[in-house]
Amino acid sequence: MPEPLLEIDGLTKRFGGVVASDSIVLAVPPGELHAIIGPNGAGKTTLIGQLAGEIVPDAGSIRFGGSDITAVATHRRSMLGLARSFQITSLFLDFTALDNVALAVQAHAGHSFRFWRDARSEKELREPARAALARAGLAARGNAIVASMSHGEHRQLEIAMALATRPRMLLLDEPMAGMGPEESARMVELLRELKREVTILLVEHDMEAVFALADRITVLVYGRVIASGEPEAIRANADVRQAYLGEQEAVSEP
Amino acid sequence: MLLFLEQFLNGLQLGLLLFLLAAGLTLVFGIMDLVNLAHGSLYMLGAYFAATFTGVTGSFLGGVVLALAATLLTGMAIEVVAMRRLYGRDHLDHVLGTFGLILFFNELVRLIWGPAGMNLTLPPWLNTAVQILPGVHYSMYRLSIIIVALAVAALLYLVIMRTRVGMLIRAGASNREMIGALGINIKLLYTFVFGVGAALAGLAGLMQAAILTAQIGMGENILILAFVVIIIGGIGSIRGAFVASIFVGLIDTIGRAFLPDLLKAVLSPAAASTVAPALSSMLIYLIMAVVLVVRPAGLFPATGR
Amino acid sequence: MTGPLTPRNVAVAALVAFLILLPIYAHAVGNLFLLSLFTRIVILAMAAVSLNLIMGFGGMVSFGHAAYVGIGGYVVGILAHEGVPSGFVQWPLALLLSALFALGIGALSLRTRGVYFIMITLAFAQMIYYVAVALDRYGGDDGLTIYRRSQFAALLDLSNKTFFYYLCLAFLLATVYVVWRIVNSRFGLVIQGARSNDRRMHAIGFATFRYKLACFVVSGTICGLAGVLEANRTDFISPAMMHWTRSGDLIVMAVLGGMGSVFGPVLGAIALLVLEEALPFLIGAAGHVVTGRDLVAAREYWQLILGPMLLLIVLYARGGIDGLLASLRRA
Repeated sequence: MPEPLLEIDGLTKRFGGVVASDSIVLAVPPGELHAIIGPNGAGKTTLIGQLAGEIVPDAGSIRFGGSDITAVATHRRSMLGLARSFQITSLFLDFTALDNVALAVQAHAGHSFRFWRDARSEKELREPARAALARAGLAARGNAIVASMSHGEHRQLEIAMALATRPRMLLLDEPMAGMGPEESARMVELLRELKREVTILLVEHDMEAVFALADRITVLVYGRVIASGEPEAIRANADVRQAYLGEQEAVSEP
Repeated sequence: MLLFLEQFLNGLQLGLLLFLLAAGLTLVFGIMDLVNLAHGSLYMLGAYFAATFTGVTGSFLGGVVLALAATLLTGMAIEVVAMRRLYGRDHLDHVLGTFGLILFFNELVRLIWGPAGMNLTLPPWLNTAVQILPGVHYSMYRLSIIIVALAVAALLYLVIMRTRVGMLIRAGASNREMIGALGINIKLLYTFVFGVGAALAGLAGLMQAAILTAQIGMGENILILAFVVIIIGGIGSIRGAFVASIFVGLIDTIGRAFLPDLLKAVLSPAAASTVAPALSSMLIYLIMAVVLVVRPAGLFPATGR
Repeated sequence: MTGPLTPRNVAVAALVAFLILLPIYAHAVGNLFLLSLFTRIVILAMAAVSLNLIMGFGGMVSFGHAAYVGIGGYVVGILAHEGVPSGFVQWPLALLLSALFALGIGALSLRTRGVYFIMITLAFAQMIYYVAVALDRYGGDDGLTIYRRSQFAALLDLSNKTFFYYLCLAFLLATVYVVWRIVNSRFGLVIQGARSNDRRMHAIGFATFRYKLACFVVSGTICGLAGVLEANRTDFISPAMMHWTRSGDLIVMAVLGGMGSVFGPVLGAIALLVLEEALPFLIGAAGHVVTGRDLVAAREYWQLILGPMLLLIVLYARGGIDGLLASLRRA
């Protein structure tokens, strides 16, 4: 395996008596799309929270691009090339979609102690923002106020914002949650395209999408990794079947 | 040494009064998520009610009981008429709305009772000194404030920790939606809690009135101290409010009493007399600043939410 | 309609024109009280616009901004008292001190948010108030008279009421313009983004604290300038300038006028202070009509109406006057 872009070693997090992350070990090489699956309460969002810097782990380390980022602040991680999307969309609701993405571009376009020039007229901010919106399928929705957009569009906007920061790696927390079949299919296509340019860590419940996209899958149950490997191996793994895929989830062979 | 003991007791008294005020504030904030700037107005009303009723009935205790009842009712009326509409809104809306209420009540008091303050005269059996240690005398009234306030604090503790109502209150403080789901009459609970908070404020106000007189605007000055207490103690925490108010009361009183002398030992008399009053006033806020740096959520932040 | 000639913009333009022509009108009808009143309105409007930069756009509700007005005024007053009437020394020093206090208080207060932040700014402002009260040398609670307004050699004569009014108006219009540019700049978008969703801001790479602090300092400094002007206007400084109710007044002006626009607080300041003058008169007149008697006393209790009115605005007309005007466009 080439030098991993993301390396998690012994990551542990407890909330009172609950162990949300139990010595998680994981390595993601560049260019891979790595999926994290697991039943509700498995600690997937806690994991993302620690990777993004919002939650401080009790033990273990996180290395990104060769450097230790375990104690690095959230905004710095974004500057290092680690972008995330939120499970419950977190956007600037009273602004336009274009404004939202342009702000993400602005964060990575030098300092913002500029008090005079109208930022909405700055080409170097607006052009990349439009491009990111187009990439995420929202080219025509730039001037829509986010609060008036649909849930599916919100999730697309989350992707656009993450892309606008020109990341090396995307942490996607259930990007397809709450989407209908057509929207999900579009999202899968988008992720398939992005796979070639960006390393992706994908937390998802949508099994079709996971098996269609993932290069490798890690299964998390009660904060522990119970299996990690290629999709076929995971599908065949008895422990995984029992813990998660279960009897009702009959995943069809591709 | 005697002076220190006296100042210590005065500080305790101030602290306990602050606790009564802060407890009401923190309860209302913890349970209804409501920032009530007009809490000081209830403090003021308690004082004015007491002054009026003791005058009318000729009985100190009778006047006090009536005043507490009146403040409780006024509090509940305010809750029903105004506060209800503010629940769930932005905190800024609370600040603005209750700021409007402050203006209203200050004017109302001026209209009803006139611009000059009112005196609350103590009955002879309170207006005396009592011997607490051999050769040491302390104001009976101030001592009774300490005793009453401690009793109320204990009562509050018992109610909150040992009764069903108290359990609802604690549950509400950490998870508001849940009590609604339990089928409890939320509206009644809120009105009740607000009323109790008002009564506590009124009690503090009337107790203070005998020492400082009832005046328009008296609530606002002490309200800010109560906010400092809550910041230091942690919002939503009664225990935090208790610890912090005793602490603030002691520091403020003892600081004001001894800081000038302390400074004179270090600075020239002229410099000391200029700096001392300013520094004494600032002392509590400086401590608040230190607490903020070290523990932004206060010393005992209420968990949950 | 989306053209520039909306009812709201027309109203604003008319108001600005009115403010510019006011002294001429005042002199023409011989009512110099109007000039005095509107000088006060203009200065307070400036402070309210400055407060709204952090409040309306930044979401930082400071209940202690009158403190910076007071600091600006006190620097002028103290220096004048100590025999330094030169505006060239007073004004820069006043701005510097306001900025430093804003820096210190902001750095501590911005560690908190929401209601904590409101309480803390209130507490710090009260602290400064008490310090002013304790300054016996400079009048303490009674305040201090300023015998000579800020001197600028022969360049500016602040004691000329008309000239002084235009100076204050110029500062107000400049403040509105500067705040408008800031709000729409990169810096302004960061501030607005932090208000809208601070968590998101961190996720995309912004360390918002430094921007919020810078904004807080800018806002406090402009309030300091308002304080300088106010001290010159009244020839008097006192702790009352920084009492927390003054901070409340500024907040009321911003909300009443409309927190969502740069010019809103100007509308609010005018509305509030005109109401303060007109309402007692109206109440007295109405009382006279109803009862046939001259209810002088009734006029004094106008705050009895202002209080509930404020609550009603908060509940039902949240966008303030500006919001109401803007909605005319859609009607």
